Amino acid sequence: MNRNKKTSGQAVAAKRHNPVLLACLAPATAFFAAFWLLPAVLLVALPAEKGWQTYFIVLTDSRYMWSMINTLLLSLATTVCTLMIGGAVGVYLARRRFAGRQMLLSLLTAPLAFPGVIIGFFIILLGGRQGWFADIGSALGMGRITFAYGLTGLFLGYLYFSLPRAIASYTAAAESMDTQLEEAARVLGASRWEITRDVWLPQLAPTTVACGAIVFATAMGAFGTAFTLSSKFEVVPITIYNEFTNYANFALAASLSITLGLVTWAVLFFTRVSGTVSSGT
Amino acid sequence: MNAQSQKPAPFLFFITLAVCLFMFVPVIISIMAGLVNNYRIGLESGLTLRWINEVWSIYGSTVSASILLALACVICTLLLGVPCAYALARSKSRCARAFEETLMLPVAVPGLATALALILAYGNINFLRQSYGFILIGHVLFTLPFMVKTVSSAFQRPDLLAIEEAARTLGASFTQRFLGVLVPAVFPSILAGMLMVFTLSIGEFNLTWMLHTPLTRTLPVGLADSYASMRIEVGSAYTLIFILVILPILWLLQGFANWAQKRYGT
Repeated sequence: MNRNKKTSGQAVAAKRHNPVLLACLAPATAFFAAFWLLPAVLLVALPAEKGWQTYFIVLTDSRYMWSMINTLLLSLATTVCTLMIGGAVGVYLARRRFAGRQMLLSLLTAPLAFPGVIIGFFIILLGGRQGWFADIGSALGMGRITFAYGLTGLFLGYLYFSLPRAIASYTAAAESMDTQLEEAARVLGASRWEITRDVWLPQLAPTTVACGAIVFATAMGAFGTAFTLSSKFEVVPITIYNEFTNYANFALAASLSITLGLVTWAVLFFTRVSGTVSSGT
Repeated sequence: MNAQSQKPAPFLFFITLAVCLFMFVPVIISIMAGLVNNYRIGLESGLTLRWINEVWSIYGSTVSASILLALACVICTLLLGVPCAYALARSKSRCARAFEETLMLPVAVPGLATALALILAYGNINFLRQSYGFILIGHVLFTLPFMVKTVSSAFQRPDLLAIEEAARTLGASFTQRFLGVLVPAVFPSILAGMLMVFTLSIGEFNLTWMLHTPLTRTLPVGLADSYASMRIEVGSAYTLIFILVILPILWLLQGFANWAQKRYGT
């Protein structure tokens, strides 16, 4: 009853305040329309100047198609590995109480604020020509090991900027897991693997879906890391950048941006919609 | 925490240890490389602040530019975002939800696409293109959704409706209610949003690299430049400066989140 009263009160308030609410919305709307919507419309219209087939360049030109497939596969591999590793670390940190745990958690999530270029530099420090692994390798007589400038370096860099997000989400989710279910499973003689599969994974599923979508979308659009590594393995954001700056091919850069934007937006949108639907029932 | 869950878990422990090494070793190498005389020789070559000074003389301006830009971005998102968050929290219409969804687009779409669109639309307006204002626009687009989301969920607190109603019946005008009652009530969330916007703006690279000019460079842009063209010691010292700028803010944010959780329990 209390709730009914509130919602009807709210409705009245909303009606009475309509002009005020519109005035509150106006500055943000004007800014957004002028600096995002209008430019976005221009961007979407641009490839049409070179014929409508420019919109489908990702499907028709094998070079761009491979760049997109590479990026999709790299992002997918990053997402799967991040979720598995981040899940394990999250569950571990959620159930242990030790001195400096909060500190460790905040240090592990700090890289969320690092720009991608720093992470590229970190990978160069590890696996570049003057890197750590090169020194260890030559000390062990295995030659100077370098992996920073290829697919391995790129993958490790993507893993580096994705893990903090997964660790933060999984730690929070695992802290609120129901320990009684696990207790019951243990008493009934379930093995560790069975507990992981039948108790942990279902309870962590919403986090896995939500976090997985964000990690995937971030990996698809990541630019700084690949830029610093100037990788031999070309991902779509680098292709867009090259087409725009080096070849001044604006229509093509726009077409690739639209495709990339659609992919990341769709992944995030449908995950969110499915999340609200499943939590609503 | 019961005794059962404190059982040893060697597999999880091993993974956690490996992840900690993976996350921390590069940071430690980087900090050391920025403080020693010669990276190839290592600690034996002696500690020095020479590289920090060199970074300060070449890239010092980018540090202050980034901090000022982030502050400007915080102010803009406050002015645009807080009223917008209030309106979105109070209107239940389908239009408002659609608008909220649209506002999130600059976060869902890669920064590169947003930057490209901005350059297409406004790149030929020279005074804008060559000023920090152009980068600021990009940063505000990217950070506004975070401010709106954080503050809007605070405005939805049911007790606020009653307080607002009480202030109205006592004859307070909308401005009085908004600035005197509502904003102070959600101030913790506003502060959290401000800190978040500051961190996002100071580390933003994807948009900024496309929008910058040789005269308008930010900290991450300078970093990319130093990695490509300077000695490894200089790049490391510069990275150390970035970490020193960002860490206090991150700790504030974290401490603040903990405090809010204790105070409000959500």
